[in-house]
Amino acid sequence: MKIVVCIKQVPDTKGGVKFNPDGTLDRGAMLTIMNPDDKAGLEAALRLKDQYGAEVTAITMGLPKAEEVLREAMAMGADKGILVTDRVLGGADTWATSQTLAGAIRNLEYDLIITGRQAIDGDTAQVGPQISEHLGIPVISYAQKIEIEGDSVIVERQYDDRYHVLKAQMPCLITALAELNEARYMTPGGIFDAYDAEITVWGRADLKDVEDSNLGLKGSPTQIAKASDKVRKGAGEKVALDPTEAVAYIVGKLKDKHVI
Amino acid sequence: MDFMLTKKHEMARSLFKEFAEKEVKPLAQEVDETEIFPRGTVEKMAKAGFLGIPVPKEYGGQGCDPLTYAMCVEELSKVCGTTGVIVSAHTSLCCDPIQTYGTEEQKQKYLVPLAKGEKLGAFGLTEPGAGTDAQGQQTKAVLDGDEWVLNGSKIFITNGKEADIYVIFAVTNVVTDAKGRSKKMISAFIVEKGTPGFTFGTKEKKMGIRGSSTYELIFTDCRIPKENLLGAEGKGFGIAMHTLDGGRIGIAAQALGLAAGALDRTIEYVKERKQFGRAIGAFQNTQFQLADMATKVEAARLLVYKAAMAKATQKSYSIEAAQAKLYAAEVAMEVTTKAVQLHGGYGYIREYDVERMMRDAKITEIYEGTSEVQRMVISGALLK
Repeated sequence: MKIVVCIKQVPDTKGGVKFNPDGTLDRGAMLTIMNPDDKAGLEAALRLKDQYGAEVTAITMGLPKAEEVLREAMAMGADKGILVTDRVLGGADTWATSQTLAGAIRNLEYDLIITGRQAIDGDTAQVGPQISEHLGIPVISYAQKIEIEGDSVIVERQYDDRYHVLKAQMPCLITALAELNEARYMTPGGIFDAYDAEITVWGRADLKDVEDSNLGLKGSPTQIAKASDKVRKGAGEKVALDPTEAVAYIVGKLKDKHVI
Repeated sequence: MDFMLTKKHEMARSLFKEFAEKEVKPLAQEVDETEIFPRGTVEKMAKAGFLGIPVPKEYGGQGCDPLTYAMCVEELSKVCGTTGVIVSAHTSLCCDPIQTYGTEEQKQKYLVPLAKGEKLGAFGLTEPGAGTDAQGQQTKAVLDGDEWVLNGSKIFITNGKEADIYVIFAVTNVVTDAKGRSKKMISAFIVEKGTPGFTFGTKEKKMGIRGSSTYELIFTDCRIPKENLLGAEGKGFGIAMHTLDGGRIGIAAQALGLAAGALDRTIEYVKERKQFGRAIGAFQNTQFQLADMATKVEAARLLVYKAAMAKATQKSYSIEAAQAKLYAAEVAMEVTTKAVQLHGGYGYIREYDVERMMRDAKITEIYEGTSEVQRMVISGALLK
């Protein structure tokens, strides 16, 4: 079985967020991590590899620095890493990103593609399903459990109050939730091997069946009007009162602020 | 000369740091308080490959270098001195001598499960009358047919009751040297837990590293197979000394971690603690103390890393290891003491990590060769 896992290097929001003047993220200036949902997707792929045997390829689109996240994936157990990087691909929204990744994945053999549900920097949850659309394969999103049966996958798809059990024939794309599993640690030896291994680097020219008009900032229908760091809320006020007094207190506060 | 870590070392450090913060730090206080060996953490470390970092892959290890191993002990010790020494004693004192002196059969049988973390290792050299004077061994081993018969006891053994595989030293012969003096010939052996005649004595109640399972090992007509002799008969003293050279790098890394961890806690604390209307970090005394602490921690780090790299590239690294251990241990004691002082009364309370770190630091000046022994090793080389 061949599994492709799409991963993204995202800002470690614990380290603060920095923006370019045009409102896009200044990715070069921030501490980075592997997107948590993607890490769960990678872990799911590695568990399928442990259980059924599989070749796991991690692929990412980003700055050259994003190779770090591929090395991390390989140090966890991925067999190969592919970095898709090119100036013309910069500033991509979800549409242009999914077009890019689909163009790259068309060069690969795969039974399963696993992406994270969404990235913590964009929070759109669109790229995975869009890739499946471009490739013309089924998608099962919000996976909380993945099993293989013959040439099909059986996936528990999470909802707020229930889950669906869905079966799809492979090739298929699955989007994973961070809650799907607890990702394994890299191993020290895995890290050494990952840094000795070759990372495949692809540019625009390596993307298959993709129009220029669907790539990069120019190919992105989404325009960012404004972006800013989150304004930190105050610590709030805690009072210990019995329920009747508490209601009176809150109502009084709301009246003071002319909310009611 | 390049003082920058490579990217792979940086990534390894981030791994050790993440593991230490998530898996080790939350338990450190409880491990100290209850003196319970952190078995669950050891199992997690085994899974993550931390118990065979410098062992070659063909023997079940990670195939990394001594520097990576030292960084692992450092990061673990930043949050828990007990966990640091468990890895250090296992790796440096049990895996390393078997890797260096073991036969292929011994490596397959013992090193592979040790490096995979399926088994835990320990090292028994110290006896009631043989501490710094390691030649004063009383434990004896006599060959009887196809078996060695061990009698005697070892004390202060790290991972004592929790280990599965032990490297044990015993006197196998007494010879007369050219000057007519009698000299004990010491040999090294591999002993498995559960061997009849091998039992455990007292558990030591210690000042620090309280979760590390320090026990007395007792051998009473303990019969082990002849093939469990490690290295050549009579060469055990050299094996012990060479093993301790490596062990000192592990302990130096533990000391470095304790110092660096105490510094981290203190930096956090002085930013928050207010006296006279300002954070105590705003006072020049605090700033100068922190500057000195940080500078010494960095100097210790350079010595420890240099020693670790010397182990990878040089045949002998006794001096580098002794200097690293001497300095790092003394820095650990000094920095943790200052950390407690800067915490004021809170630093004396067990709820605060620096209290434990100061107690943990003291042993680094004592075990695997006291600071005085390190000075003997260093000055001996200078005056040769």
